[in-house]
Amino acid sequence: MEKNAEHTHVHRDDEGDKLGMWLFIFTELLLFGMLFLVYAVYRYRNPVAFQLGGEELDVFLGTLNTVLLLVSSATVAMSISAIQKGLKKHALVFLGITLLIAVVFLVNKYFEWGAKIEYGFYPGGEALLELGHGTILFFGLYYVMTGIHALHILIGIGLFIYVFQQIRADKIHSTDYIWLENTGLYWHLVDLIWIFLFPLFYLIH
Amino acid sequence: MSESTKSNHESFLEYKGKYRGILGWILSTDHKRIGLLYLYTMLVFFSVAAILGLLMKIQLIAPGHTIMGPATYNAMFTMHGIIMIFIIVVPGLPAVFGNFFLPLMIGAKDVAFPKLNLASWWIYVIGILIVLTSQFMGDGPPDTGWTFYAPYSFQTPANIVPALVGAFVLGFSSILTGINFVVTIHRLRAPGMKWLKMPLFPWTLYATAWIQILATPVIGITLLLTVMERTLGVGIFDPALGGDPILYQHLFWIYSHPAVYIMILPGMGVISEILPVFSRKRIYGYKAIVLSSLAIAFVGYFVWGHHMFTSGMSGRALFAFSFLTFLVAIPSAIKVFNWVATMYKGSLIFQTPFFWAVSFVFVFMIGGFSGLTLGSLATNVHLHDTHFVVAHFHFIVFGGTGFSFLAALHYWFPKMFGRMFDASWANMGWLIFFAGFLALYLPMFYLGIMGMPRRYYDYLPEFHGANILSSLGAILMIGGALIIIVNLVRSSRYGEKTNDKNPWGGKTLEWQADTPPTLENWEDIPEVTEKPYEYK
Repeated sequence: MEKNAEHTHVHRDDEGDKLGMWLFIFTELLLFGMLFLVYAVYRYRNPVAFQLGGEELDVFLGTLNTVLLLVSSATVAMSISAIQKGLKKHALVFLGITLLIAVVFLVNKYFEWGAKIEYGFYPGGEALLELGHGTILFFGLYYVMTGIHALHILIGIGLFIYVFQQIRADKIHSTDYIWLENTGLYWHLVDLIWIFLFPLFYLIH
Repeated sequence: MSESTKSNHESFLEYKGKYRGILGWILSTDHKRIGLLYLYTMLVFFSVAAILGLLMKIQLIAPGHTIMGPATYNAMFTMHGIIMIFIIVVPGLPAVFGNFFLPLMIGAKDVAFPKLNLASWWIYVIGILIVLTSQFMGDGPPDTGWTFYAPYSFQTPANIVPALVGAFVLGFSSILTGINFVVTIHRLRAPGMKWLKMPLFPWTLYATAWIQILATPVIGITLLLTVMERTLGVGIFDPALGGDPILYQHLFWIYSHPAVYIMILPGMGVISEILPVFSRKRIYGYKAIVLSSLAIAFVGYFVWGHHMFTSGMSGRALFAFSFLTFLVAIPSAIKVFNWVATMYKGSLIFQTPFFWAVSFVFVFMIGGFSGLTLGSLATNVHLHDTHFVVAHFHFIVFGGTGFSFLAALHYWFPKMFGRMFDASWANMGWLIFFAGFLALYLPMFYLGIMGMPRRYYDYLPEFHGANILSSLGAILMIGGALIIIVNLVRSSRYGEKTNDKNPWGGKTLEWQADTPPTLENWEDIPEVTEKPYEYK
């Protein structure tokens, strides 16, 4: 009797699964929402330092990462469309591209952070501590917010790998693709948050 | 209902699944077993934290050093708070009775995501273990109080990081339970159970689940920022680096005030279940209770500032927060009127769950009124950080949530275990507990008004008399708790067996299921035609 782990009837409710994912997205929005709130408070108190801090960031890398994430949101959506039409191969290709872009995003991030850390521009770093309070806060928030965002990218990569395997094993197919769809929802959220992070740190001067 | 088939005949306590023995429990996705797992875990940690509380009261039985010094006392109230808040009261009623009875009360076979439900329990246990490591590693146990206020929380040498990370993980478990319940209530109600035919305990769970979803991430990020403050020195709450410790307080209370409603709302739901059954009367003002629950959940978001009246805020903000605090008292008062009106002219049945429910209304009223005293600006300045706050808080959270938890435990005990508890021991336990409770916390109101601060291991000699009464009350109350727990644990094993589906004469769906319920609760999903509580 294997009723313990799996109940005898198979309960499936795609609508319910999607509702659950949306609720989870609400929690993420509040998590980042509080960080935006903290950012707003400190930007209001240190307008000049935040402006100068923003000018230190590499707008080219930031723009590149923004474009990459936007494209990846499109490709994951294409992957969902493909699986709905039963095009397994297409779905895998689009998902693979999304996965690749997510990795490239992190590589860019690595170089971006690496350059700053090299100059001692990190929380507790000597070069940073010599500067004013506003600058310390700007870079503190920069690392915390883009860092937590990068962690979400990392989780996204894990999800993509899992979903990729499931599609290959035909566990996800044209009539049962809620895992792919929810992963897509999650990825759009990660994208959306970056859309706000990018101007806040790189563009507002 | 048709005669059951063999496979679905065994009760959830007895069936043998893929795993045997204890694995059959800790790997079970059955909502009833998970509910009991939470119950047992909480029982263990409640005992630990209650003993910490008792030791503190013994320390305060006389001025000066009696059994512990200041550092130990600080560690004690910190651990008492962390365990009681994050491990017992916040998950409390939803995790135990929500898990067990939500599906039964709405006519479902399980929650929407059974595997996620089991994962929530595991995350909960992992969170507890992380919190516990803070006691044994590093430079001594946390001494910040459960609020982890900045900047002390990253200046003290004590071992704060595991406590913060553990509380974060516990919050994650709470969020997942919340998501599970909202989806369950939206998707799995039995045919015919329209929103306004849903019993009131599920309604309060619904309101609670929304708070869990929308407020818990705020504490999550706040705790993470404090961890980063300690480990990396990002400076967000550190005045030495330009940060603002008051901002920590804002973020902390934006969660922790709504969290008070996470604690109390399900308790209100339980009382709304019990009173109609033991009054044999329809609940008075069903819609008012539903709406006031949602109103509490909503308005509860906008009152956090009343914890910070003395921290430094603009005068306008002070007035706004004080006004909103008075506003949030209204829906709570509406409920008290509903409960009293339900009992009015009812055929009262004096049994243990009824005693707990009525004493809940009593202590909840005292707790609520003392909350208004703290919510008004002038008195708050006098009473802030005194024993008055401790008394108010315990009247609401221990008197409110604790009493309703015990009410629920006695009310649903026969359904959960298929055995009856010993009523005379249970009643005696209630009486001793209630008397001890009042003797313990009522003097604290007086002490607070006279100016005795909280969180001090020592006090001036003129406070001695009231402290003796309070400490003796604590001993009496722990004695009562011991009788209650021993009686229930004993009865769950040796109590009189019963298969009576409906020992109290309840009208809600869980009383139509077998006692104890079978694995999938129902042979056929029940059809709902009437409102709940239709006593004629």
